[in-house]
Amino acid sequence: MLVPLSWLKEYVEIDITPQELEKKLFSCGFEVEELIEVGKDVNGVVVGLVEECDPIPETHLHVCKVNAGSHGSFQICCGADNVKAGGKFPVALVGASVYMTAKDHKTVEGTMTIKKGKLRGYDSEGMLCSGVELGVSENMFPGAGYNGLLVLPEDAEIGADVKPMLGLDDWIFDVSITANRPDCQSILGIAREVAAALGKELKMPSLDYHTTGFEKKDFHVSVDAQDLCPRYIAHYVYDVKIGESPLWMKRRLALVGQDAISNIVDITNYVMLEMGQPMHAFDCDYLEGNAIQVRRAGEDEKIVTLDSQEYTLNSNNLVICDGVKPVALAGVMGGLNSEIRDTTNEVMFESAKFARDNIRKTSRSLGKRTDASAKYEKGVDEYSTVNAMKRALHLIEELGCGKVSATHVDINTGNSIDPREMKVSICRVNDVLGIEVPENEILRIMKNLQFAPSITGDELTLQVPAYREDMEDYPDVAEEVIRMYGYDHVVPTFMPEAKVTMGGLNRKQKKELKLKKTLCSIGAYECIHYSFFSPSDLDLLRLPEDAPERRAIRILNPINEELSLMRTTLAPSMLNAIARNYKKGNSEGRLFELGKKFIPEELPLTDYPDERDTLCVGIFGGKESFFTMKGIAEKVAETLFLSFDYQPSSRPWLHPYQTAAITCEGVEMGYLGKVAYEVAEPLDFRGDAYLMEIDMKLLSQWYDRKASFTPLSKFPEESRDLSLVMNKEISCGQVEKVIKNACAYVNDIRLFDVYEGEQIPADKKSMAFSIAFRPKEQAFEADSVDKYVNKILKNLKNQLDIELRS
Amino acid sequence: MNDRFESIKQEILEGMEQRAQSRAAAFELRKQFLDSKTGKIGQMMKEMKNIAPEERANFGKGVNELKEWAQQKFTELDEKMKEKELTLRYEMEKIDVTMPAEVMETGKLHPITQMRNQLIDVFAGMGFEVFENREIENDYYNFTALNTPKDHPARDMQDTFYLSPEFLLATQTSAAQIHTMESKKPPIKILSPGKVFRSDDDATHSPMFHQMEGLVVDKKITLCDLKGMLDMFVQKIYGEGTTTRLRPSYFPFTEPSVEVDVSCFECGGKGCKLCKGTGWIEILGAGIVNKKVLENCGIDSNEYSGLAFGIGLERATMLKYGINNIKMFYESDLRVLKQIDDN
Repeated sequence: MLVPLSWLKEYVEIDITPQELEKKLFSCGFEVEELIEVGKDVNGVVVGLVEECDPIPETHLHVCKVNAGSHGSFQICCGADNVKAGGKFPVALVGASVYMTAKDHKTVEGTMTIKKGKLRGYDSEGMLCSGVELGVSENMFPGAGYNGLLVLPEDAEIGADVKPMLGLDDWIFDVSITANRPDCQSILGIAREVAAALGKELKMPSLDYHTTGFEKKDFHVSVDAQDLCPRYIAHYVYDVKIGESPLWMKRRLALVGQDAISNIVDITNYVMLEMGQPMHAFDCDYLEGNAIQVRRAGEDEKIVTLDSQEYTLNSNNLVICDGVKPVALAGVMGGLNSEIRDTTNEVMFESAKFARDNIRKTSRSLGKRTDASAKYEKGVDEYSTVNAMKRALHLIEELGCGKVSATHVDINTGNSIDPREMKVSICRVNDVLGIEVPENEILRIMKNLQFAPSITGDELTLQVPAYREDMEDYPDVAEEVIRMYGYDHVVPTFMPEAKVTMGGLNRKQKKELKLKKTLCSIGAYECIHYSFFSPSDLDLLRLPEDAPERRAIRILNPINEELSLMRTTLAPSMLNAIARNYKKGNSEGRLFELGKKFIPEELPLTDYPDERDTLCVGIFGGKESFFTMKGIAEKVAETLFLSFDYQPSSRPWLHPYQTAAITCEGVEMGYLGKVAYEVAEPLDFRGDAYLMEIDMKLLSQWYDRKASFTPLSKFPEESRDLSLVMNKEISCGQVEKVIKNACAYVNDIRLFDVYEGEQIPADKKSMAFSIAFRPKEQAFEADSVDKYVNKILKNLKNQLDIELRS
Repeated sequence: MNDRFESIKQEILEGMEQRAQSRAAAFELRKQFLDSKTGKIGQMMKEMKNIAPEERANFGKGVNELKEWAQQKFTELDEKMKEKELTLRYEMEKIDVTMPAEVMETGKLHPITQMRNQLIDVFAGMGFEVFENREIENDYYNFTALNTPKDHPARDMQDTFYLSPEFLLATQTSAAQIHTMESKKPPIKILSPGKVFRSDDDATHSPMFHQMEGLVVDKKITLCDLKGMLDMFVQKIYGEGTTTRLRPSYFPFTEPSVEVDVSCFECGGKGCKLCKGTGWIEILGAGIVNKKVLENCGIDSNEYSGLAFGIGLERATMLKYGINNIKMFYESDLRVLKQIDDN
């Protein structure tokens, strides 16, 4: 919120610098996002008296002699049509900085430094300035909008800096207001805080007014939806003279970026900025039926707002109606049909409190956000609702732009705007803080904050102003005390009365960390990808229509379609990560992610979905192959004290003959394989890539596995190499299984050679295994290993028709 | 007789000189003399029975001396040969040690995981357990129970992704406070890291990011305890001289609420680019647990009080490494991932 220093000073004496005030605000909870110096870009401009002014022949220029008081006298060429001898104008001395304008003399195009120059052969030392060149608008100084020189008052002191007289010595605080302090959404609200922080008195704006006693006959106000409108105040003003607002008001509005429109409209805007209460003024000529009715809109009821936009409403929207039709979208914007015009003669002022969530919903659903709706969303208090009307009526009188009638309607739920009493224990307040704040400090702080405090024993009694709706209990008091007392009084302690607790990771967390570290140790880098993905990612995987992965949870309000579905698989994120790496010139690498996929019970969601921890590994380029990925899978198994089995399998996004399902103790828990060419091609992969996904939630059932120790055998192992010839379709896994089952002493089987070629029949292949036999209770007898080998060969022959290679 | 011994000695010495160019050749030569069956000296031992008994003792002694002499000579020769061969082998194995190394690549944990683990280490030492958050929450746990009812303006502080009228993507890790307090009696000390989501997308905002929530509920927990705990934490993470500054703020679930700044770890508080000249860097939000939140979880606020804090992990990591685009964390560019290493 923008707060001009000059406006703030209306309500509180400020005897510190703007920078010091910024620090004060910061320490009591109001961060100043930007401290804006109004005339920052304008320097070295003083009041100049044009003593001589002669036209330069055949041009529109004049050569002037300008008296700049103590700065000297200068010859300056000037092209403005209102330059004249005897006039006082702002003169930018050599070295001064002012705004540079475009050819239209209106559009600011940056700043410039004034240098000595020559125009048409005449020396020119300085520049006489327009309002635009000084960053001053008509609303800030009359005449500043003229496309020519800005004319200064006759009594302006020659040689004096022009900034104070043009209001350019001002500062604007852009203050950020936390959601618990809607009462500070106004200049007055901030002034209250500044007064408390500086220990100064708050000067309230004048709220008094006089009614003429005149009443508007048979005028009727009703509120049908009091749940959405707890207070509605209307006051009738007549004999209105629409005109311009006074300079002081236009200037203040201009400083916060609000255009001046007309006195009546400006009063509503001014009061909103000053008191934080949005107001509205209806032209009574256009109110039909001599009535105001606050009600929910009908289905498909329409309204055209002040900005000529038409909206179709429903019963969730609150409208202000006359006797016949909607004339305003409550809390958001007035209707075009009853707007204030130059001809307006009678006005109905509105000051109301609306339910904040209803205004928010209306504002959101219609996509219409105004200053008023923003204030209502955060919350407006009834204290301000009442006082804002008084203030507006006071201003009507002060500006002399209408007569205040006696027709005043206040429909409310009986809420008081008087301070309410609150009692808290000082001990409890200090218990929150952990320090003992002296009682006189508590009293001082609460008094400065307008809480009229008193203390009896341990009891602190406060009179809470009605605008402090946030004050509920002792923690709120503690916060008020400490933010004013100063957080630097909080000293570090370490829970002297707390119990000792055991900290650290649980088993699942430890296992996951171990797994991650293992994956790092084999050269893989951890990634984190978004938990949502795009519907096109499902197409990327070439999933059929009925694939379970397509049953994804949709975000109702995604940022865009690319981020609209909750992941049902981690594969697409990994594929995209690999694609990005290839694109950036990373030609090989290993990546992994331990993330969640989201499996809904029902759609739309009626319960928490299953958030399944999933490991996804992606490797690409270099010497990677199916078997390096399988090695990573084995590493995962080893890390968790498990053993995996692999069966040929298929996935639409993987190579038809280089894909395996991973099972553990008979339960399928993932897959690994080479990325299919149809997937790799659109992603522009420059080499091969392999993916693996493992369901960690399934694996977690074995997280209680520990390393076990088997005493080393006293007896020597023996090993035999067997070169076997078999049909090409037989898999290594099949052979290993037969070997393993044939003999209980087989400890390890290692394939060391595969051969196809001339030395064996064309439809056969040869595989050579090294088999290690480990004795158990006693050493092997001389011929026992040979017997085992014979058994193995026999079983291989019987079960798979495998022969020993001759 | 002595001549014979001498001539064998001579023969051995000559053989050594002329023929023993390698260890294998030397070994062959040794066999010619010392092999117990076929060697010349070995055979001399067999001649003993042909020697006259009175000379036998002398002969035997002479042969033995010769044998010992030869053995010693051959051993010396072998040592010499061994040395020579090793020298040769070493020379053959000479390499250019300035040639490139064989790369043994070790991966790294994600920068966010590294930061997460660091924080967990610090707080686990203070007795905190780790409670992992859900990514999908319901309205009650994410908002209502945290003192943010439906009409509360604080809901606007976070642009929420909705999945249904009731379910949403967690906007803050604070839901863990409620889950923990519902399932556990004080004393409670938990740390809950998690992914959170807000509808925001630019260079410093990502629709998904990470937070870590801390919660302590016990008897007589105060703002001073919060300060003490955070001081300890920032000193462990950012170095011993680091201090904290608390300033008022607002969160619905804490009262009082504070923003916590740390003295700039780049300039030590003098003012620099990182701290924008202020000497302080905002790192987290914290406060005393709102008594309404305790009561929502059935904890007696007359008996217990609590403190809570929440830190944005991306921000903490970005500050630490001077990363200026939050998107880098999710792009998985190996050129980035290879650089960040805390340990």
